[in-house]
Amino acid sequence: MAPIVSPSQPSALEERGRRLRRSAPALGVGWGGGGAVSTANRAQPGQFCRAGSAGTEALASGGAASTERPERPERPGPLQDETLGVASVPSQWRGVQGIRGETKSCQTASIATAEASAQTRKHADAEVQTEAPEPVSLPPVPQYDGPRLVAFLRRVEAMVTRELNKNWQSHAFDGFEVNWSEQQQTVTCLHTLGYPPAQGQGLHVTGVSWSTTGSVVACAYGRLDDGDWSTLKSFVCTWNLDRRGLNPQQPSAVVEVPSAVMCLAFHPTQPSHVAGGLYNGEVLVWDVSHPEDPLLWRTGLTDDAHMDPVNQVVWLPGPQHGHRFQVLSVAGDGKVLLWLAVGAGRLQLSAGFALAVQQLPRSTKLKKPPRGETEVGATAVAFSSFDPSLFVLGTEGGFLLKCSLAAEEPALTRLPSSVPLRAPAQFTFSPHGGPVYSVSCSPFHRNLFLSAGTDGHVHLYSMLQAQPLASLQLSLKYLFAVRWSPVRPLVFAAASGEGDVQLFDLQKSSQKPTVSIRQTQDESPVYCLEFNRQQTQLLAAGDAKGVVKVWQLSSEFTEQGPRETEDLDQLAAEVAT
Amino acid sequence: MAEVEETLKRIQSHKGVIGTMVVNAEGIPIRTTLDNSTTVQYAGLLHQLTMKAKSTVRDIDPQNDLTFLRIRSKKHEIMVAPDKEYLLIVIQNPCE
Repeated sequence: MAPIVSPSQPSALEERGRRLRRSAPALGVGWGGGGAVSTANRAQPGQFCRAGSAGTEALASGGAASTERPERPERPGPLQDETLGVASVPSQWRGVQGIRGETKSCQTASIATAEASAQTRKHADAEVQTEAPEPVSLPPVPQYDGPRLVAFLRRVEAMVTRELNKNWQSHAFDGFEVNWSEQQQTVTCLHTLGYPPAQGQGLHVTGVSWSTTGSVVACAYGRLDDGDWSTLKSFVCTWNLDRRGLNPQQPSAVVEVPSAVMCLAFHPTQPSHVAGGLYNGEVLVWDVSHPEDPLLWRTGLTDDAHMDPVNQVVWLPGPQHGHRFQVLSVAGDGKVLLWLAVGAGRLQLSAGFALAVQQLPRSTKLKKPPRGETEVGATAVAFSSFDPSLFVLGTEGGFLLKCSLAAEEPALTRLPSSVPLRAPAQFTFSPHGGPVYSVSCSPFHRNLFLSAGTDGHVHLYSMLQAQPLASLQLSLKYLFAVRWSPVRPLVFAAASGEGDVQLFDLQKSSQKPTVSIRQTQDESPVYCLEFNRQQTQLLAAGDAKGVVKVWQLSSEFTEQGPRETEDLDQLAAEVAT
Repeated sequence: MAEVEETLKRIQSHKGVIGTMVVNAEGIPIRTTLDNSTTVQYAGLLHQLTMKAKSTVRDIDPQNDLTFLRIRSKKHEIMVAPDKEYLLIVIQNPCE
C-alpha cells in the first residue's frame, strides 16, 4: 500500500497523485470511511519516502502539505501544474468492503462423505463347565405327613428293624471277597529305569515325581553323601511309561543341569512342567516337552535365593485363584521361600519365611540355642490335604514344626531378602533322634502325619499333640523317605538305608511291615519314593545306584477295605486320649 | 407329625446305620438324615434299581412280588423296603 518513491521516478508518482486526487470525489467516500487514507505524494529529488509508517504519515499529511509548495520554487517544469488536493482511496478494509464489495464466492467441490463401517471383532460366547455336576437340589417338599406315609412306615418298620439287627449280627459275609477284577497277589517290579551317563558318574537318584497324568515319571540325579561344593554336571530324566517301546536305559527327555539336583516335583496341572531344587540353592522350572531348550524359569543366584542345598520343592496354588502356581522351596539355610514365575524366565520371590532358633515355639525341650542369630535348616515339607495354608516342616535338628503360610510375625534374622521374611512356626513336635528326611501328611485325616529320619524311626503324629502317636523303628540305618498311600488310608511306604522299600498296612500290623521289597541288591540306600496318584497301583523308588524302579503293588495296597476310614479316625482319636 | 420323625429316629438309632431316607413313587426324597447331594444320588439310583428289581420279580412269576431289597457292598449294606407309594432306604455299615 505504501509506495516506495525513489528519486529516479518522480513524475510517475506525481502523475499518480493527480489521478488520485481527481478520482477521489468521484468515489464519494469520506474520510471517516473506516480508515480511508488520503494520499498525496509529493516526491521530490532527494527525499526518499520510506515504506511503512513514514510513508503513510507523509500521505496523510498530504492535504495540508500542499500549501508548502511555494517553499520549493525550484521545482522542475513538468511538475508545476501540480495542485494537491485530497485524494482519497476507499479503504478496502472490512466495512467498506462489505458495503461495496462485490460478492464473490468460491466454492470447493462439495465434501463428499461416505460412511463405511469395518469391524473385525468377532464374538463367540461359550460356556464351559468342568465342575462336577451338582445334583439338583432337593425340591422343596412340602412337609406333608399324610396318613399314608405314617401307615407305610408302620408297615415297614418292623421288617427293617429285624433286618438291621440280623445284618449287624450276621457273619454270613465274613471273609467273602468278590473278584470283580483280576487280583494282583504280589508286588512286582515293572520297570528298572536308569540313565547310564549319570550312573557312570556315580550319581544318586535324589528325587522322583509322577506327572499329573500319572504316565510320566521323572527323576533327579545328584549326590546326597557328598558335602563338597560340586561342579559335577547333573541330570533330570523323564520316562513315559505309557509309550510303546519304552527303553529303560533311554529316558524320554534328559535335561542337563550344571549342579546336582536335590529334589524335583511335577506341576499339579501342567504335565510337562517340572520344578527342581539344586545343590547350589537355585530353584528352576523346566518344560520337558522342549528337550532343546527346557529351562522355563530360574531364580538365579541372587540374595533372595537359598544359600544351602534346596531339600524339597512343592507346587502351591497361586495367591489369586487362577491357573498360576507358585513354587515353595525349603533349604538347609532355614529359609522357606515362595516363588512366582514372572516374565523373562525369572522366578520372583513372592513371600519368604525363616526359622530363627529363638522364635521356635518351645513346647519341647530344645537345646539352648547358641548365641547370636541362627537358623534351623529345613529338610522336608508336607502340606495338609485339608488346610491349604498349613504345613509341617522337618528340620536338621530332628524336630518337626507345624507352620502356617498365614503367619505374620516377622522373623528375627539378618538373612538378606527383598521381601520381609516371616516366622511361620506355630508348634513344635517332639524330636527324632537325628535330622528328619521326610514328612507326609495323611490324605484322609486332617490331623495325622508321618515323619522319618536318620534315627531309622517313623513317627506317626497328630497335629494336636507333641508326642508321636506311634514310633516304629524300621531301619537300623537311615530312613530317607516316607509317604502315605493316596488310596488306602492306613497304608504308607518308607524307603530305608538298607535298600528296602517297606509297605505298611496299619490295619494288619502296626509293628512290622506288611511287605518289604528289596530295591537294591547290595544294600545301597533307597533315597526317595512316590506313589502314583492316577495309576494307584504304581510306586516309584530311586536309589543310590542311580536306578528308578517302578513297582506294581498288590491289590491289598490299592483297594480300600470296609471301615478303613473309621479305623483311621479311631487311630487318631484313641491314641490321642 | 411326630410319628414319622420318631420312627425314622428309631431306625437311625440302630447299630451301624449311616443314613435313612424316604423316597416317594417318583424317586423324590421326602425325608432324609443325610446331606442333600448324597440323598438325591441315592434316591434316584435306588428308585430305579428297585423298580427294575420289582419288574424282574414280576416278570419271572406274575404272582410274585418284591418285598425287600438288600445290597451288600464292600463298604455298606443298603436296604430298601418298597411299597406302592414310598421307598424306605437304610444304609448300614457291615458288622466288624
